[in-house]
Amino acid sequence: MSFESLAVSKAPRSRTDLFLSFTWLGLQGFGGVLAVVQREIVDRKQWMSLSEFAEEWALAQTLPGPNVVNLSVMFGGKHFGPSGAFAALSGLLLFPGLLMLAIVFTFQTFAHLPLVASALHGMGVAAAGMVMAAGWRFMPTMRQHPLGFPLALVFAVLGFVLAALVHWPLAGVIALVGSVSCGLTWWRLVPKEAS
Amino acid sequence: MTWQLWLELHLHFCMLSLLAVGGALAIVPEMHRYLVTDLQLMTETAFSQSVTLSQIAPGPNILLVAVMGWNIGLQSAGGFAAGGLAITMGFVMALGLLAAAVLPSSLLSYFMVRWMHLHQHARGVRAFKSGMVPLVMGLMLSAGWLLQTASNPNMDWRLLILCGVSMVLVLKTRLHLLWLMLGGAVLGAVLGL
Repeated sequence: MSFESLAVSKAPRSRTDLFLSFTWLGLQGFGGVLAVVQREIVDRKQWMSLSEFAEEWALAQTLPGPNVVNLSVMFGGKHFGPSGAFAALSGLLLFPGLLMLAIVFTFQTFAHLPLVASALHGMGVAAAGMVMAAGWRFMPTMRQHPLGFPLALVFAVLGFVLAALVHWPLAGVIALVGSVSCGLTWWRLVPKEAS
Repeated sequence: MTWQLWLELHLHFCMLSLLAVGGALAIVPEMHRYLVTDLQLMTETAFSQSVTLSQIAPGPNILLVAVMGWNIGLQSAGGFAAGGLAITMGFVMALGLLAAAVLPSSLLSYFMVRWMHLHQHARGVRAFKSGMVPLVMGLMLSAGWLLQTASNPNMDWRLLILCGVSMVLVLKTRLHLLWLMLGGAVLGAVLGL
């Protein structure tokens, strides 16, 4: 696969280069990967310009699946086809994954100690707060939503209630809330295009 | 673990991969419903620990699926006490479920990227992109809420405040997330929460 529209100033030298770069990227990504990806791929490696990166990131976010994983597949595939996509993807997941299992293994060995259990509770709610903050970050986007802020908020609350309180299966929530929300958004987008 | 259950788990995560609009955190509520409530393959504690530990380790959030797989495999073979077999089973499930959660969406990205480049301004694509935003927000907030409940089943007000403070600090400061985790760990241990 090659995308002429995305000519870059520099390119990864090999699949090994891709694998190692994405390994390094994955090992640095605490919490927010976006900032790390931008610094490594745009600033340090100069594999993409900032505007190319913004465009690729928007695409990676639109498609289902983890954003940074999608980006690695798109980027690796662009340069070396399927094997490049695989090199970038496995770089991102292999060593960070092993490191994560090692951390989990260590903690679980000591999880029966009351002090460790208490610490894990404290970390657990701190992590919960971070995840809520990640959700809250959509507020500015919600205010400018084509559906209007109040209606967009209704869909967000509906999603929260069905997933967190009623415990509906995700497929059902997406089928109901997602389709109605996307359908209405599609309908609302007409006047903008006409004007 | 029967092979039917093994197959069902992997197929379910393949489906989740394609439903994970908004990334890994958006499927946390579904994983909780499926693994803890329905199949009872994990306890609340194991679930909240998996997600918590995946937040302090570096790497993409989707790696938490590997941690879930590790726990499920380990427990299904009798836990740490069962030794090598259980640990092998943990690795097998970690790798299997991670692959199931990542490969379908990756294949889709690989083959769709050209089409998306061409059609990113089309009305349908734009409607999908912004139409999903409210739901993704709702799902991420539910993921946070479920994590809070899993770590704090008795609704201790001190833990609720800690959760709120963590959220505000993430939004209002540029404090590194590791400091927040460390703060949570120290407060939790000192106060015996």
